Amino acid sequence: MIKNLLVREHRFLHRPLSLASRLILLAAAAALVAAVFLPLWKIHLVAPQYREGLALNIYAHKLVGGNGGQDLHEINTLNHYIGMKPIAQADFVEMTWLPFALGAFALLALRAVFIGRMQSLVDLVVLFVYFTTFSLINFYVRLYNYGHELDPRAPMTIEPFMPVMFGSQKIANFIQTSLPQSGALCLGLVPLLIVFAMWCSRHETLPEQ
Amino acid sequence: MKTSLPRLMLQSAPAALATALAAVFLLAGCNPPGSTSTGAAKAGSASSPAARTWVAPGEMDEYYLFYSGGHSGQVFVAGLPSMRHISTIPVFAPYPGTGYGFDEETKQMLGDFTWGDVHHPGLSQSNGLYDGRWLFVNDNANNRVARINLRDFKTHQILGPIPNSSGNHGSSFVTENTEYVLVATRFSVPLPKGRYADPTSYEKEFNGMVSGIKVDPKDGKMSVGWQILTPPFNWDLGSTGKGPSSGWAFWTSYNTEMAYETLEATSTQRDRDYAAIVNWRAAEAAVREGRASLLSGVPVIDPAKVPGVLYFLPVPKSPHGIDTDPSGRWIAASGKLQPVTSVFDFEKIQAAIAKKEFDGEFRGVPVIRYESVLEGEVPVGLGPLHTQYDGKGNAYTSLYVESAVAKWKLPPWSDAERADLNRVVLDKIDVHYNIGHLVIGASDTREPYGKYLVAMNKLSKGRHISVGPSQPESSQLIDISGKKMEMLYEAFTEPEPHFAQILKADAIKPIEVYPKAESTHPHAIWEAKDASINRSGNTVEVKMVAIRSRFIPDRIDVNEGDELIIHVTNIEQTTDMIHGLAIVEQNTNIIIDPGETKTLRLKVKGPGVFPFYCTNFCSALHQEMQGYLTVKPKS
Repeated sequence: MIKNLLVREHRFLHRPLSLASRLILLAAAAALVAAVFLPLWKIHLVAPQYREGLALNIYAHKLVGGNGGQDLHEINTLNHYIGMKPIAQADFVEMTWLPFALGAFALLALRAVFIGRMQSLVDLVVLFVYFTTFSLINFYVRLYNYGHELDPRAPMTIEPFMPVMFGSQKIANFIQTSLPQSGALCLGLVPLLIVFAMWCSRHETLPEQ
Repeated sequence: MKTSLPRLMLQSAPAALATALAAVFLLAGCNPPGSTSTGAAKAGSASSPAARTWVAPGEMDEYYLFYSGGHSGQVFVAGLPSMRHISTIPVFAPYPGTGYGFDEETKQMLGDFTWGDVHHPGLSQSNGLYDGRWLFVNDNANNRVARINLRDFKTHQILGPIPNSSGNHGSSFVTENTEYVLVATRFSVPLPKGRYADPTSYEKEFNGMVSGIKVDPKDGKMSVGWQILTPPFNWDLGSTGKGPSSGWAFWTSYNTEMAYETLEATSTQRDRDYAAIVNWRAAEAAVREGRASLLSGVPVIDPAKVPGVLYFLPVPKSPHGIDTDPSGRWIAASGKLQPVTSVFDFEKIQAAIAKKEFDGEFRGVPVIRYESVLEGEVPVGLGPLHTQYDGKGNAYTSLYVESAVAKWKLPPWSDAERADLNRVVLDKIDVHYNIGHLVIGASDTREPYGKYLVAMNKLSKGRHISVGPSQPESSQLIDISGKKMEMLYEAFTEPEPHFAQILKADAIKPIEVYPKAESTHPHAIWEAKDASINRSGNTVEVKMVAIRSRFIPDRIDVNEGDELIIHVTNIEQTTDMIHGLAIVEQNTNIIIDPGETKTLRLKVKGPGVFPFYCTNFCSALHQEMQGYLTVKPKS
């Protein structure tokens, strides 16, 4: 029985990809490239005296404050009162390699388009899910550190806190909202597209010679 | 009420339930959604004056109202229709509230003067319409003109005292494309200024002047372009031409008697005084062609030698305002001492000049025949002063003696109206009291807004809770959109608005911080690490940063008698994060807006330790924003 399973698995992994699957993969590659340029995440802070809000847009390769970059200065100015260390792009080393990593995934997707084997898709989806899980945990840890590594000599003492990653929460006079943006949506689409490509070619066989 | 009514009905007769419910629905239908009682609905109905002037908390006004501040030397900014005072733009007098006149830049602009007398603000124009770039204001006392930039609502230049010009009342009248701000002298003096002559030789030794202040179209920088020498009449008010009168300007005068004492009586003897009809383009050309001679460094035109530059027009009697209508054809001049406003037709003026229909000349200047150019004398009422226009063919004249505003119809008039000009006076409304100027938005442009009129009244007695003998001024908002004028609201200002300008709020988009990218100040620093204290001889120069909630550095050590220079940059880029820097007992306070760098210079009084602190409340730890200036005694 196990042998049977292995045979089926072998047959599955060597299944060719249909034209539809290859086009879907092309779309996945495009989504990966788009994610390099689109904002991944947005943190938005609203308080009574900041009705228009302060925005922090996170890209794969840069950190951009709203209002022409000014919001990042403002967030740091405010954060110094609670002893949070300044948020600076230079501290986000991943921003130096993240675009390359996404590019590499795009290349792997293109490779799968040309090789046209189910096994490439398995490689791709496993590696990609591993990579995004790692990135999300990394993001979580960063947020945790910003909220917990507070200077004890700061003017205001507040309980260390975990900035919210999905959704909204109240921190002092601010409501912080953190949500994925179009770039993250593109990244979320990638594994779905790969699985969809697999599904489309689940019965595919090479034509008889 | 809505709930108790059916309950009552239910108790008395259950059968009436349906009727009661119907009644409740009917009652509910009377009230607009959200209102709680019929009383509130009445007071707040959309057509009530209260509703039309109500700008709810958080909502914005529709128009700016720029009041001249009179002898306060400043400009007041209010909103319409709320009439709320929003801010004060300091111009000719120090203003600790914004640190004006305490930092080196504004101190230099003010020079040795500590006050001015602002009368007539004028908005810059392009193609005969407000362009929202600058507001020009005059100083009647010290013969200056200032330019406020509407990008940051700050005074950027003060020009003057203008050479050969004394008593700068007849300005700031802006030409169609802001080529010039036109200026005329209220007080004649012996020229050049600084020369002594006995006032008994007034006719011979004293002179007036009409000046064209040239405005650089790029940055608004003002300089004296040309001047026209005039007899020593007291030039009063003016306006610039447009359309058919493009390139011309008009001023009234009093005292063509050329009296020099007890003017109240001596200058009011003649039935008519002369208005000046000035062809400013011809004046400009005369200077270009070298037909002017230099006096105090300014090209001065003698109108007797350069014909076509200046004409006189007799106007009854001791006239004050002379206002060109939006078409540029009709010019309304009001004589304070007779109850009519004279309307002149500029096309007739041009024809009279062409046909030389003159009643002789005065000192070589042709006097245009009054009857040749008069369209009519409109019996507006007692003590007419100034006229504004709504752009719909109506004029509004302030009546000082009568304490009223008259609305009247501009020409062309029918034969029946012409036969009895009382017929063109359409409406009158009382104001409280003794109105001076009045303003309709964009009345001096081709396209007046025609919605509101603000009456600026000289007396406010009995209109407000008592504040003692020093009384404020009153301004009243009048709706002129309908057939009848309607009083909406009144507000009080400090002394003393004369004229004002109204500008649509959406016509400008002021900055709210000085962008870091635009900073060119040679001593600006943007990071704490660049802060420095340098001594050179007896001068200590500090480059300082101000940010919530600290100064860097916050300790400055000097010796008694040192000169201290602090260049402080507010490195905030957030709206309303304004910092101040005051040093106790050193008589100094400068205010630095976000992104601004200012320089403070003082001879240190000491010895001792002098705390410095932030004066403009900035943050939760504003109180903590402080430092020390230590002054060691001379050894």
